[in-house]
Amino acid sequence: MTTTSTTEAPSASGHHADHDVNYLNNEYGIKSWLLSLDHKRIGLLYLIMTTVFFVVGGIGAALIRIELMTPGGDLLEADTYNKMFTMHGVAMIFFFLIPSVPAVIGNFVLPIMIGAKDVAFPKLNLLSWYCYMVGGGLATFAIIAGGIDTGWTFYTPYSTTYANGYVSVALFGVFVNGFSGILTGVNFMTTVHKMRAPGMTWFRLPLFIWAQYATSLIMILGTPVVAITLLLVALERVFHIGIFDPALGGDPILFQHMFWFYSHPAVYIMIVPGFGVMSEVIACFSRKRIFGYSFVAFSSLAIAVLGFIVWGHHMFTTGQSIYAGMVFSFLTFLIAVPTAVKIFNWTATLYRGSVSMESPMLYAMGFMGLFLIGGLTGLFLSTMATDIHLHDTYFVVAHFHYVMVGGMVMAYLCGLHFWWPKMTGRMYSEVMAKTSAVLIFMGFNLTFFPQFVLGYLGMPRRYHVYPDEFQILHVASTAGATVLGIGYLVLFICLVSSLINGAKAGPNPWGAKGLEWMIESPPTPHNFHETPVVTFEAYAYEEEDTLLPVPGDGQTTGAVSH
Amino acid sequence: MSSHSENPALQHHFDDLKQQYEAANMGMWAFLAQEIMFFGGLFSGYTVYRYKYLAAFIEGSNHLPIFWGALNTVVLIASSFTVAMAVRAAQLGRAKSLFNWIISTMVLGVAFLGIKSIEYADKYHHGLIPGANFTYDSPMAGQLKIFFSFYFVMTGMHALHMIIGIGLMIWLIPKIRRGAFTAEYYSPIENFGLYWHFVDIVWIFLFPLLYLIGREPWIQL
Amino acid sequence: MDSTVEHSSPNHGGDHEGPHIAPMRMYVAIVGLLFLMTAITVCAAFVELGAFGTPVALAIAVFKASMVVLFFMHVRYNTPLMWVFAGAGFFWLLIMFSLTMQDYMTRDWETPAPIEFLDLL
Ligand code: HEM
Ligand SMILES: [Cu+2]
Repeated sequence: MTTTSTTEAPSASGHHADHDVNYLNNEYGIKSWLLSLDHKRIGLLYLIMTTVFFVVGGIGAALIRIELMTPGGDLLEADTYNKMFTMHGVAMIFFFLIPSVPAVIGNFVLPIMIGAKDVAFPKLNLLSWYCYMVGGGLATFAIIAGGIDTGWTFYTPYSTTYANGYVSVALFGVFVNGFSGILTGVNFMTTVHKMRAPGMTWFRLPLFIWAQYATSLIMILGTPVVAITLLLVALERVFHIGIFDPALGGDPILFQHMFWFYSHPAVYIMIVPGFGVMSEVIACFSRKRIFGYSFVAFSSLAIAVLGFIVWGHHMFTTGQSIYAGMVFSFLTFLIAVPTAVKIFNWTATLYRGSVSMESPMLYAMGFMGLFLIGGLTGLFLSTMATDIHLHDTYFVVAHFHYVMVGGMVMAYLCGLHFWWPKMTGRMYSEVMAKTSAVLIFMGFNLTFFPQFVLGYLGMPRRYHVYPDEFQILHVASTAGATVLGIGYLVLFICLVSSLINGAKAGPNPWGAKGLEWMIESPPTPHNFHETPVVTFEAYAYEEEDTLLPVPGDGQTTGAVSH
Repeated sequence: MSSHSENPALQHHFDDLKQQYEAANMGMWAFLAQEIMFFGGLFSGYTVYRYKYLAAFIEGSNHLPIFWGALNTVVLIASSFTVAMAVRAAQLGRAKSLFNWIISTMVLGVAFLGIKSIEYADKYHHGLIPGANFTYDSPMAGQLKIFFSFYFVMTGMHALHMIIGIGLMIWLIPKIRRGAFTAEYYSPIENFGLYWHFVDIVWIFLFPLLYLIGREPWIQL
Repeated sequence: MDSTVEHSSPNHGGDHEGPHIAPMRMYVAIVGLLFLMTAITVCAAFVELGAFGTPVALAIAVFKASMVVLFFMHVRYNTPLMWVFAGAGFFWLLIMFSLTMQDYMTRDWETPAPIEFLDLL
């Protein structure tokens, strides 16, 4: 691979006149995809597989919602129900949401945004996809071979002593998948440090890059801890080593410490890249520079660091000491500050901007509203006294769906719509895209808002039967889920049909700033014909003369004029 | 801007060897940060139980032979030295001596694993391996089992890293013999060295934490 | 990476990379120091140090590890950024230790309570 592309490199500029050579058609055949070292192709590989896991998780969700339409357990047995929400959680969190923006969109645009030909370690990049595939394969096997019923959190001693099924296999799958995240993190961090084009200073970087950088930090420093933790659980199951076994004096709560040491930061793996997408899209569609660039940039890093010191807020109702609870509660409030900084800065960016509501912007607006609710309810939960009441109820379920689905999935879809023309070279139907955005927004709220009320009234999570008086809210929620599902379907049809009959997209359909909009759509295999020289800031929307910034060499500018 | 045909070791997506070298170095350090946290999870679990069950940990530690542990520390530190010399030989472009230093590192690595397996076998005979053969009889047996679980998981993970390191050397040796590494391009050697030093550092902590707890003092102060 | 490399002309001269090549005697000195510290830590284990036994053993281990990081791993000659990279993992480890232990050390319903623990030492 490397040798072929090395010989191609000089001829790529020779090909310049021939606009038809792009990363999609420079090579054909299944092997050219499965062994590709091109970050753009690897991004697409991730796109396909994360979509598959989204569907798997979605099936779980559908069954859960159908079951919950009636108070009795008529569709699923208790055991099957447990397996369904486990499948839903594992697929959605580990195999869809965590890789979504970083591995799909990040892989595709990160090197281009900083003016690089590829990530620093293309082979590791491919290896990370294979780790993901092996991990996903093992988890899928565990599901098919009988399912796992521990919940995505694998709490001990349930997972070590009582749970049935292929828990160890699933654990190992998540373990292997962890390395895909670690490799991506190592790769992105090095790429951002070492591969920036001349003139691309830190404060000229798009904020998406800052967000990806902060995410990489969490991936590198957090993921190994969950990896070793899950390995210990597997060892406990197989060899009964006693570390989490209360019968021998082991402490199951230690598992929670170690698990949340990763998994709270992991919720920031799941949202910070979305923040990055927001900054790009909001700046573009307000035609304004992001208000307070450096605040937004550093708040990403602050979130990444603070995210590591709040994990105990998941353990207020366990045997954790009251003192520790107070410390964690206090620290959790702190993290709301950098998060709020971002929201305020985006709002300030909109203020007096020339805002236009194309479909990516519609998704971005949805994100702002939904994430705000999700974040604020997080503060209810970080208050120890209220959490005693709300812990393990549907309030928590609603909270994290507002941040993860209302926040991150909206951000992911927003980014997908924003960069779709770049990735595929095609435009999609605006009408359909807007329809899907509105359906998803409405369906989402109808699904999850009732769950706040349910939780407040005392409906515990992870039960398949419930008292009659909760039924009306559950039915509302299921109805919302149906709308939500239809929204996703419309979106899917919209994007797929764009591949078939979408209009050709120019290099810069949105009139956006940034290096990725100055090259062809879809990009050529090496992105740039020659390393660009950056002389402009990110988001230089207000300066007319930089509308078509002129980098150091003529060729890149040439791409813009086509 | 340098053209790409300069040095065959230069990969297409880098501008020059300096950039490629720095990226490799930084990537390796980021990976090592990951490794620190990986072992860190074990160390923090160890800390919790050592705090909770100090008496059992003392009793367990006294079942570990200081002699073998100390000898292995010496062996591993020596291998850290040889691998440092290997990197130096690579920096100086001395292929022959690079080869020799890598071979000595490998020999020391294998010696370490040999000593470790003597210890493991000994534990097996004494019924001190949780999950395989654990027959310890004492009121504190459960807590001792936890100590030995940590002993085996931590040293086992460490040994696994050594085995991977030896595998990496086996992969590097043919390249060294082919002369793939020069004074301009030796990142794989250097990164391997960093990895090996890291494994050494883990052991530097494992040795006192596992072998040296609460020994009967010979010298009273 | 896989391509065979013929001996290329040293067109990058000596300036293509940062780390300077340390003299052999530096490595010998460090490895000697590490052996010495190993001996000291073993001896210290047989000296009645009471509650200071663990801190002493850990201090020696930290010292040895720093020697390896600074000299064998060349961090001493590397850029400030790489100092940060090398330190980050250890810093994060401290976060994990301290916030985990602040729970265990303040659980008043568990044994040993912090005071008893000091007695045990
Ligand atoms: C202002 C920011 C946030 C705060 C203060 C916050 C606070 C909390 C608290 C205290 C809990 C524990 C509730 C309980 O189990 O009783 C919780 C649960 C949860 N949060 Fe957040 N959160 C915030 C943002 C986020 C984000 C951004 C995400 C994901 C993208 C997220 C995902 C989750 C998840 C998945 C759970 C439930 C885990 C489980 O038990 O399965 N949170 N949050
Ligand atoms: Cu959390």
